[in-house]
Amino acid sequence: MIQRMTNCFGRWLLTAAGVMGALPAMAAKGLNMPVGVTELSGKIYGLHMLVLWVCVAIAVVVFGVMIYSIVAFRRSRGAVADTSITHSTRVEIIWTVIPVLILVAMAVPAARTLVEIEDTRNTELSIKVTGYQWKWHYEYLNQDVGFFSTLARDSDAARQLGSGIDPDTVPNYLLDVDHPLVIPEGTKVRLLLTAADVIHAWWVPEFGMKKDAIPGFVNELWIKVQEGKTGTYRGQCAELCGRDHGFMPIVVEVKTKEEFAAWLQAQQQEAAPEAQAATAARNADALTPAGA
Amino acid sequence: MQHVEAGHTGAPATDHSHHDEKPQGLKRWLFATNHKDIGTMYLVFAGIMFFVGGTMALIIRAELFQPGLQLVDPGFFNSMTTMHALVMIFGAVMPAWVGLANWMIPLQVGAPDMALPRMNNYSFWILPFAFTLLLATLFVPGGGPAGGWTLYPPLSLQTGDALPMTILAIHLMGASSIMGAINVIVTIMNMRTKSMSLLHMPLFCWTWLITAYLLIAVMPVLAGAVTMLLTDHYFGTSFFNAAGGGDPVMFQHIFWFFGHPEVYILILPAFGIVSEIIPTFSRKPLFGYDAMVYATASIAFLSFIVWAHHMFTVGMPLSGQMFFMLSTMLIAVPTGVKVFNWTATMWKGSLTFEPPMLFALAFLFLFSIGGFSGLMLAIVPADFQYHDTYFVVAHFHYVLVPGAIFGIMAGVYYWLPKWTGHMYNMTLAKWHFWLSAIFVNVLFFPQHFLGLAGMPRRIPDYATQFADWNMWSSIGAFGFGLSQLIFPYLIWKCVRGGPKATARVWESSHGLEWMLPSPAPYHTWENPPDVQFPDEPGENVMGDQPGPDTAPTHTPDGR
Repeated sequence: MIQRMTNCFGRWLLTAAGVMGALPAMAAKGLNMPVGVTELSGKIYGLHMLVLWVCVAIAVVVFGVMIYSIVAFRRSRGAVADTSITHSTRVEIIWTVIPVLILVAMAVPAARTLVEIEDTRNTELSIKVTGYQWKWHYEYLNQDVGFFSTLARDSDAARQLGSGIDPDTVPNYLLDVDHPLVIPEGTKVRLLLTAADVIHAWWVPEFGMKKDAIPGFVNELWIKVQEGKTGTYRGQCAELCGRDHGFMPIVVEVKTKEEFAAWLQAQQQEAAPEAQAATAARNADALTPAGA
Repeated sequence: MQHVEAGHTGAPATDHSHHDEKPQGLKRWLFATNHKDIGTMYLVFAGIMFFVGGTMALIIRAELFQPGLQLVDPGFFNSMTTMHALVMIFGAVMPAWVGLANWMIPLQVGAPDMALPRMNNYSFWILPFAFTLLLATLFVPGGGPAGGWTLYPPLSLQTGDALPMTILAIHLMGASSIMGAINVIVTIMNMRTKSMSLLHMPLFCWTWLITAYLLIAVMPVLAGAVTMLLTDHYFGTSFFNAAGGGDPVMFQHIFWFFGHPEVYILILPAFGIVSEIIPTFSRKPLFGYDAMVYATASIAFLSFIVWAHHMFTVGMPLSGQMFFMLSTMLIAVPTGVKVFNWTATMWKGSLTFEPPMLFALAFLFLFSIGGFSGLMLAIVPADFQYHDTYFVVAHFHYVLVPGAIFGIMAGVYYWLPKWTGHMYNMTLAKWHFWLSAIFVNVLFFPQHFLGLAGMPRRIPDYATQFADWNMWSSIGAFGFGLSQLIFPYLIWKCVRGGPKATARVWESSHGLEWMLPSPAPYHTWENPPDVQFPDEPGENVMGDQPGPDTAPTHTPDGR
């Protein structure tokens, strides 16, 4: 009997382990949070999985007792109520103290990661990100490079009400832009976030970070994409910002440091006069009273 | 446990029949001061708003059925999400709770009516006007409010003519809620029957008492916040305008100082109802009665110091984020105590599964799932990923639909025979339960996956990788929505007729309301019942008294 129970338990453990092992793979199919490509996103994923499994464990125990009660103590099976069970100070202390301990065990790593996230010292590149209704503007500070980043034309055509265009035929539907943000790998990049009109939020799930872009205020977040993780990463505005909130995606191209340097130089040469004119125009805008 | 003194056993039908004259026609409802009539009006109003808000939800889910925009303009979509929330929160759930409070609190504490009947009338009749105003915004230039029910400026200040109408509607709802809350507090504090101490009150009265204090504390805060929006828009102030020295984030702090206690306003009365139903159908007293009361009070206190967990991404100082993370995690402790106590109440009980119990059990499981995702959301670094995604949508719908709304339905199925004097169709009620319980999961569970995979909330169209789960969610939504049509039909049939209900209705029901005949006469407890309670805290458990009044109508074995 005991042998059979342990066998059964062993099989259950194996299945559970199998499910756990399969989870990162499931992330690709859109079931779970991505592990991401920065050190922080990996840690955030780890925290997420820690809390998820703690919750699953608690659920197995608590739901187990509930289901057992529903099955074992049903009147149709002849269960007679034991009305003497009305309280027990001892169990009540136990089920208050144990949750507190579990919470502390989760709070410690969470607080540690949070401190790391908020450490914006020693950044190597600063980019000012401005949210507009409904596009993003990126400005490489002190580099004279800046540009708007707007929903790609093919997505924009397909997303019109009753366009008749099948979204499946549009590559990266709603997640493509005309000018992606370009950043180098292995570099601590600081984003300074603000907005020109209403509150927006800048979010790329693979980077693990999301922060509001608020008019009149500057928020900051930092990204350090791991070496060897070059590629294209996509995200969206995450704070309701009006009619076309769903149509201002974020696309980030991560290049090697050399490629990035070359790209930046090309941008500087190509767009220098335009960028200066744009900066001047924005400054003029900022001096005009709101509503004028 | 206790006994009722002979000669004062509440209200045998004969005692009260001569008081049963009620005003006739429209006047009965327009000038109603009777708590039962007002309670009925609240519940009917809540039911209508439930279907109005539900229709809006179905418009949202229909558009999200597949990628691409097929049905509605994005601006209209945004006003649907905004209005759905406002209608469901202020029009469906809150009035349903006030309706249940009106009906049940006087019966449960042995009071002849609510303490302030005329104000009770005002507080109800404000609501139809408030919601006419709110729903009318859909037809004004610029359309309805589309900045989300949270009304964050500067976006909400871009609203057209709907803005002042929405703000006035919110003021009216707030006034109504505050009046309702005052009535509940005064009734419970002043009109309890003499022998019932606070720690003998039914848990539904306890949770409502605490809810009422929350309402009085936070509704004025909301009123202040929306008034500042109004003056920013029309009178040139700059409370929330950075260009004028204001701060848009300040609105979020003020709003959520209201908003977080508000979510407990929506759920605490459900805790009370579940605490009534589980003991009845487990045939055991509630486990840890006083712990339940203190846990509810702790949750209410904590709800005032966790508000900024709704806004971890606004860029708060590290110390602020730490504080709000830790205080939020603490809420898990008293909530856990409640869930454990409900489970312990079932332990070694004698369980039967009538519709109220089924809804209470679904509440227990599904609200816990919402609690787990709530704990995950408290972890700030992970919240940077979850925030403003469908994971959050899944979380709060799990606590509000199978939480608050299943709580309301459980309460209605529990007390309906008491109100109408008829038993309802058990089979139909079970169909309603199973369809709701299955579809609510098809509707909301996939939204966890969508959020984790990166789908932001409040978008009318989405990238193609989100198509599968959105389709499932929409199927669940239509299944859930259509299943709800059973509910009004069943209630209508039960009002019109059915097997006669006895006073006690359920085999092991407990509390003063079950000493009254079914249907409860128009006027009840004109002489406060003289009930002996034991010294220790706990609810009034009805003894096994002989007589037709105490025989249950419904015995599970006699099906």
